[in-house]
Amino acid sequence: MIVGVIAVQGDFAEHEKMLGLLGVEYFQIRQAKDLNKKMDGLIIPGGESTVIGKLLRELGMMDRIKAMIQNGLPVFGTCAGLILLSENIFNDDNVYIGTMPICVKRNAYGRQLGSFTVEAEFKGIGKIPMEFIRAPVIDSMKDGVEILATVNGKIVAAKFGKQLVTAFHPELTSDLSVYQFFIDLVST
Amino acid sequence: MTNERYGLNKELAQMLKGGVIMDVTNPEQAKIAEKAGACAVMALERIPADIRAAGGVSRMSDPKMIRGIQDAVSIPVMAKVRIGHFVEAQILEALEIDYIDESEVLSPADDVYHVDKTKFKVPFVCGAKDLGEALRRISEGASMIRTKGEPGTGDVIQAVRHIRAMNAEIRRIAGLSEDELYEAAKQLQVSLDLVQYVHENKRLPVVNFAAGGIATPADAALMMQLGAEGVFVGSGIFKSGNPAKRAAAIVKAVTNYNDAAILAQLSEDLGPAMVGINEQEINIIMAERGQ
Repeated sequence: MIVGVIAVQGDFAEHEKMLGLLGVEYFQIRQAKDLNKKMDGLIIPGGESTVIGKLLRELGMMDRIKAMIQNGLPVFGTCAGLILLSENIFNDDNVYIGTMPICVKRNAYGRQLGSFTVEAEFKGIGKIPMEFIRAPVIDSMKDGVEILATVNGKIVAAKFGKQLVTAFHPELTSDLSVYQFFIDLVST
Repeated sequence: MTNERYGLNKELAQMLKGGVIMDVTNPEQAKIAEKAGACAVMALERIPADIRAAGGVSRMSDPKMIRGIQDAVSIPVMAKVRIGHFVEAQILEALEIDYIDESEVLSPADDVYHVDKTKFKVPFVCGAKDLGEALRRISEGASMIRTKGEPGTGDVIQAVRHIRAMNAEIRRIAGLSEDELYEAAKQLQVSLDLVQYVHENKRLPVVNFAAGGIATPADAALMMQLGAEGVFVGSGIFKSGNPAKRAAAIVKAVTNYNDAAILAQLSEDLGPAMVGINEQEINIIMAERGQ
């Protein structure tokens, strides 16, 4: 198994570290030609969604990534990655990759003073640590989207086909279970 | 600040990695910066080149101006306080600023003590010229470090000097035997646990950006190849001929800092860079403020 990691901005190195701990091979995607490499799964990291979205578009990667996901490439997006995969962004006309039929609310907990950490239930895994950094939440969704985690009634993780999104950052903890969940998604 | 809050603050800096933080002086510039791909903006009344030209005492910006910028963009907003001016920091915390820069660009308020950053919930970034300074700021509670460079000059030489010095010292600490770390901590005037962290991990315990004098895509890529995890660009953007285009080019240069063909394309036709001033020609060395 080999996983491509979008590495145009954000905490891609932290994702790579987690993949390394699980013995999964990976490579960085920084420009369009990197998409030519064979991959079984794709990770879109945390960072600033406006920056990653702009770079994917202007470096000629956005449409190709969208097509690859629509053709069944498993993808895992955390925080900014969730925003980029969302079909709609609350109060914002921008759509980036837009393959996940959800509406996301950016900066749903406000500025950095609203960032927090919590332990909560993740469907099929159990209680795991969750780091929310200026995090979004999933505001609404269409049929077929499975809710995987909620915190205080807000949806913070979901799955649609082979697309997995979390509003929190599993890459910032020492808990590998969400990665194992993604790897299982890639393998089946 | 609790350990949990400090962890979250370090993590926000991790989200900024591979990005460009731009100095802006009004909401219009903030929007230009966000559109160009800034991962955060630094709100300040005058950019360093103008502070240098105007002379006089330079202080925290007007909270109204900072609020205007917070309202204009969705990306994190940072703002500067004078070294040691903990009341300016309290004011910025009340504004719910995303990051405070305790900065040598402003006139220092205290020539002995830095702000005790552990007393705050909001994160701090601080400048450093070498490993000792970086670790001293971290022990005071900084959750992000940047090289000082020499702000407002458009001359990258000091930023290069500082990141090379920092990395050379990290390599030296990594190569010491464990019983030599006590003496290293003494020399660096920092606690042993921080030196042990550097020894084991071969890096700072927080994210490290480059700042001070970066004016071109090539400058930004140079700092990245030298090991910076992202860059601050101050006067280099809004003192240039075409700020929007230069800003966007610097953002892309930080992403593809190792690809000379892309850097060549990005460097084309950007209009005049900021005129700049050589380090031998300046009167105030801001990097000497705060040790």
